Amino acid sequence: MSNININIEVHHVTRVEGHGNIVVNAKNGVLEECRLEIVETPRFFEAMLRGRPYTESSHITSRICGICAVGHATASLRATENALGIEPSEQTVLLRKLNFHGEILDSHVLHIYMLVAPDLLGVGSVIPLVQIAPEVVLRALRIKKLAGDLCAALCGRHTHPIAMAVGGFTHYPTTDELLALRARLVDARADMDATVALAKTLPWPAFTRETEYIALRKEDEYAFIDGTVTTTDGGRYPISDYRKVTNERLVTHSTAKHTAHKRESYMVGALARFNVNHDQLHPRAKAAAAELGLTPLCTNPFLNTAAQVVEMIHSIEDAIQLIDQLVARGIRPEPLPAFPGKAGEGFGACEVPRGILFHNYPDAGDAGAGV
Amino acid sequence: MIGDLMKPKVAFFDFTSCEGCQLTVVDSLQTHVDLLDAVEIVQFREAMTEKGEDYAIAFVEGSISRASDEARLRRIREQAAIVVALGACAHLGGINAIRNAQPLDDVRKYVYGDKADWYETYPARPISAVVKVDAVIPGCPIDRDEFIGVVKALLLGKKPPLPDYPVCVECKRKENVCVFHKGGFCLGPVIRAGCGAICPTCGDGCEGCRGLIPNPNQDSMSDVLVKYGLTVADMLARWTMFGTYQQMEAGS
Ligand code: SF4
Ligand code: SF4
Ligand code: SF4
Repeated sequence: MSNININIEVHHVTRVEGHGNIVVNAKNGVLEECRLEIVETPRFFEAMLRGRPYTESSHITSRICGICAVGHATASLRATENALGIEPSEQTVLLRKLNFHGEILDSHVLHIYMLVAPDLLGVGSVIPLVQIAPEVVLRALRIKKLAGDLCAALCGRHTHPIAMAVGGFTHYPTTDELLALRARLVDARADMDATVALAKTLPWPAFTRETEYIALRKEDEYAFIDGTVTTTDGGRYPISDYRKVTNERLVTHSTAKHTAHKRESYMVGALARFNVNHDQLHPRAKAAAAELGLTPLCTNPFLNTAAQVVEMIHSIEDAIQLIDQLVARGIRPEPLPAFPGKAGEGFGACEVPRGILFHNYPDAGDAGAGV
Repeated sequence: MIGDLMKPKVAFFDFTSCEGCQLTVVDSLQTHVDLLDAVEIVQFREAMTEKGEDYAIAFVEGSISRASDEARLRRIREQAAIVVALGACAHLGGINAIRNAQPLDDVRKYVYGDKADWYETYPARPISAVVKVDAVIPGCPIDRDEFIGVVKALLLGKKPPLPDYPVCVECKRKENVCVFHKGGFCLGPVIRAGCGAICPTCGDGCEGCRGLIPNPNQDSMSDVLVKYGLTVADMLARWTMFGTYQQMEAGS
């Protein structure tokens, strides 16, 4: 072992969202360098929001990421509402949750089938799979389309949401649209059974790395919107104390800021949520986790993808339940709240597909907001 | 095999962007799998590992926001017979250029403090500020059907058709209640149609992501403006979420 030299430089990792290089150097068996370089251009969203109307913040910040656009918009709206003292109605809360599940499904199915599975199946992209395993591709496309249609019915389109506004929505799905989506969500159960079966056959690398996992937690549900920042090392913080877990620091090799809590680093995302909130998963999702051999505390980072499979099942079941609730209540247009005249500092947090997300607007007054 | 040789090779590239337009491409291919028979994708970092450099059509997403990215864009221009701006970031500068209206030093310090000079940047600009662009697919994000339409036109050697009338035309066709009537603001009278007036249809004003119609002064929906006591100049001044770069160019 002692004379092993390793020199890996991956320039622009493919099939990932965002731009990254990987550098690994080892000399005589000793690791000298191991680095993920985020080489994206800095984008300065914090500055962009300054001096613009608070109603624009969610529209601008959704453009941070085309994959978790609904998540950014939701966290932004929660921060603005928090700053303005606006409480969204029960109907708004239900619609936002349903919208959010659409994004979780969209992002996870993309990641599982189009970004990860080709690696584990030994092909360069999903395109050759069209020939080798057409049913797998068709299944992925079916789920992806359902997720996109769900978002479109709620907020106009997944990237970038239109109808989500401060304190409510500017457009509503019809009962017929919701019931049609419900039927497709029920059909998607079979596709998820097949997804679990596929995930069981994939050669997940056996690798564990103990670390701290951080996610939002709520007392009454598997948290995606709002909650308490909770860590597997025992920390619990209100969202307004988010800086205690972010502790951002800048590094020269990456435009992405680094964060740390009690250890050198921590993990967020589906596996972190699973580790923190597994007790609140829908029974079907719990059953899938058991079938995939996923038990908390799981420290194999590769199984983040398995946790995404589990979350998809949870999202489908919760979406069905939310539609039932919305249909039973009946959807009514609700006027958007007016500017209450004063604003303070606002905090918002969501669990976007890839992990915990905070928006903090120091001054969300009518003419100005900052992140 | 001969059929394969005839397939134009296309590649996708991104600069300063959210990747939402590329994701929309992925989504459009889901419902137009036939397009995969008509072209050969040789580069699409977000979706595939393989990489070929012999592309004829380059779709470029994103604004240019640092000097060191210009060389890469110029190489793409040298290789590709056709360069297409994919989405508002590439077409207009878009969201990325909002910050251009603030002093650059201040913007950098606001986000990165005393480490501001660790991260290279300059005012964001559309790709046409750096290289010649042959076609544009507007929008933030692009419209799926329009993407398919543009690709089909390019394959036939035609100039891709873009509507040159304003969003209001599509909005009225949909019989939407006008956003102004509800007390909101909408750029529809001066913005290029083609999105099906999706924002007003969802109850929100047009923010202008598809850029201005070619002759706003002549072709704006002036009946809407007259009705609500507005002028084309009022409209242009409000077009800052996506049009800051153009506003500043026009003003300088
Ligand atoms: S135009 Fe909009 S959707 Fe497209 S990359 Fe830019 S920010 Fe994203
Ligand atoms: S101003 Fe806007 S809402 Fe009114 S008709 Fe034109 S596009 Fe539609
Ligand atoms: S309505 Fe306006 S902002 Fe909305 S997609 Fe169309 S051009 Fe863009």
